[in-house]
Amino acid sequence: MSTNRRAFGQMGYLAVAIVCVAILIFPLYWTVVSSLKTQMQLFSSHPSIIPQTPQWGIYANVFLQQWPHLITSLIVAFGSLILALLISVPAAYALAQFRTKAVPVFLLVLLIVQMIPGISLANALFIIFHKVHLLNNYFGLMLADTTYAVPFSVLILRAFMMSIPKELIEAAKVDGTGDTGAFIRVVLPIIKPALVTASLFSFLFTWSDFLFAVTMTTSTRIEPVTVAIYQYIGTYGSNWNQLMAFAVIASIPAAIFLIVSQRYITAGISSTGLKG
Amino acid sequence: MLSESSTPSRAFRMARYKRAWFLVPLAVYLLVMFGYPLYYSIVISFQHLNQITVIRGHAPFNGVVNYIAAWSGSGIWHIVANTIEFTVLSIIFQFVIGLLLALLFNRKFPANGFLRALILVPWLIPQLVSGTIFKWMFDSTDGIINEALLGLHIIHHPISWLLHPQSALIVIIITNIWIGIPFNMVLIYSGLKDVPQELYEAAQIDGAGKWKSFLHITVPSVRTVFAIVLMLGLIYTLKVFDIVMTLTGGGPENATQLLSTWSYTLSFTNFDFGQGAAIANGLIVIALCFTAVYLWFNKRALD
Repeated sequence: MSTNRRAFGQMGYLAVAIVCVAILIFPLYWTVVSSLKTQMQLFSSHPSIIPQTPQWGIYANVFLQQWPHLITSLIVAFGSLILALLISVPAAYALAQFRTKAVPVFLLVLLIVQMIPGISLANALFIIFHKVHLLNNYFGLMLADTTYAVPFSVLILRAFMMSIPKELIEAAKVDGTGDTGAFIRVVLPIIKPALVTASLFSFLFTWSDFLFAVTMTTSTRIEPVTVAIYQYIGTYGSNWNQLMAFAVIASIPAAIFLIVSQRYITAGISSTGLKG
Repeated sequence: MLSESSTPSRAFRMARYKRAWFLVPLAVYLLVMFGYPLYYSIVISFQHLNQITVIRGHAPFNGVVNYIAAWSGSGIWHIVANTIEFTVLSIIFQFVIGLLLALLFNRKFPANGFLRALILVPWLIPQLVSGTIFKWMFDSTDGIINEALLGLHIIHHPISWLLHPQSALIVIIITNIWIGIPFNMVLIYSGLKDVPQELYEAAQIDGAGKWKSFLHITVPSVRTVFAIVLMLGLIYTLKVFDIVMTLTGGGPENATQLLSTWSYTLSFTNFDFGQGAAIANGLIVIALCFTAVYLWFNKRALD
């Protein structure tokens, strides 16, 4: 009797949850549906909730038109990801393992810089980059985008490294390899999951970035996906099916990310309390 | 005796020097990418910087003129009012919906994990894309919102959502709430998971109902988490930029300008980098105040 009632209650929760999730992800569903409709179907006064004649050709069109922007975004995202890891991995090890007065100072600074609005940085960076010729430059954009990834990566990698038993590291040091040896032979292999998380987030931060992409470029030479979509709205404002197909394509990394590592995402948010 | 004691201490000192190298890249990075730009942002806020002086590379000092120009007049207070309305409404709804969802998902039911993963999607896709999606949904001629409201006979003529000052701001707020729900839900959910289960069992034995346990066990246990979520929400809402740019670009007639987009407009549209910096520095001060409150609630962040 009571197990029956519990099972019934569970089904009730499930039903409510399904309705909530359906409402929340309806905009995404609508994006996909709209991306598969013809212009005529889009303008119909009674839009159908499912696409009757899916227009896959729209995707081919958008892809053929926009692939240079996808490549640009990939280059910038991978570049800033590598830069961010090179800086944050050793620093996270030091902040997790060393007991110096510098540790809380670094943590405070990392926390504060994460709170600074991007536009406040972009303003000054524009003038600085102009002086050192880093505007309209791949390296410049990568560098600007690392401002999202570095503080986040250091904190999440450190949180993970704190959980490595001290004895393990001490044992490696006794073998005579010192910090560097212990770091390479013991720490790096253990922190692989944290490295994956930090890399995925770093990639996604840069891929999603619009602020630096639009401020650190003044020509069309380097135009990441986000800027391309923004320009597209201005130029072909009513081609909603193509625009929605473009939106879907721009969201592919997020989808892959979610499939690969849902547990990493949740861990990432709750262990550092931070979003982009 | 002496040499014996000096050897380990020298080795120790050597080890310490070597250790410092692990932190050098980060220290240099923080100075170059945050320290210097922030210092420079203060410098340019006291300069007369326009297209010509930027290119020449030498801008004249003009005292506090930028601050007075940027922060006076009715225009800026309108933008401050927008920013407050946007922030407060976004946070209230994100938080309440996030809390209700967290409470729901804190129950056991089939497919819980899968459905929770789906909720994360709006948070993972680029905000510029989210803005584009909502621009289409709220489109005045063919958007699904107007079609649905017309179909249900709630309205009789399509509404030009993004062309009216008040409704445009509402659309931006709705979009931002949609983006923020997953973040609120995940943080509150993990806070709920940390509440010791024994407390609920003890309350049940004492005959406390569900509402009473929520009020007397759940709320006090997650009070810190609530405070942290709200403070982070405040700080992140101040940063919102992308969705305004796609949905309205700050228009119509600055009706949806926020401090962030206004700073951008001053610097990158009007090419008045001094005034743009004066607004940007104000934003930093506001963000730092909230950060101080956040740290007060979350002292663990520095452990």
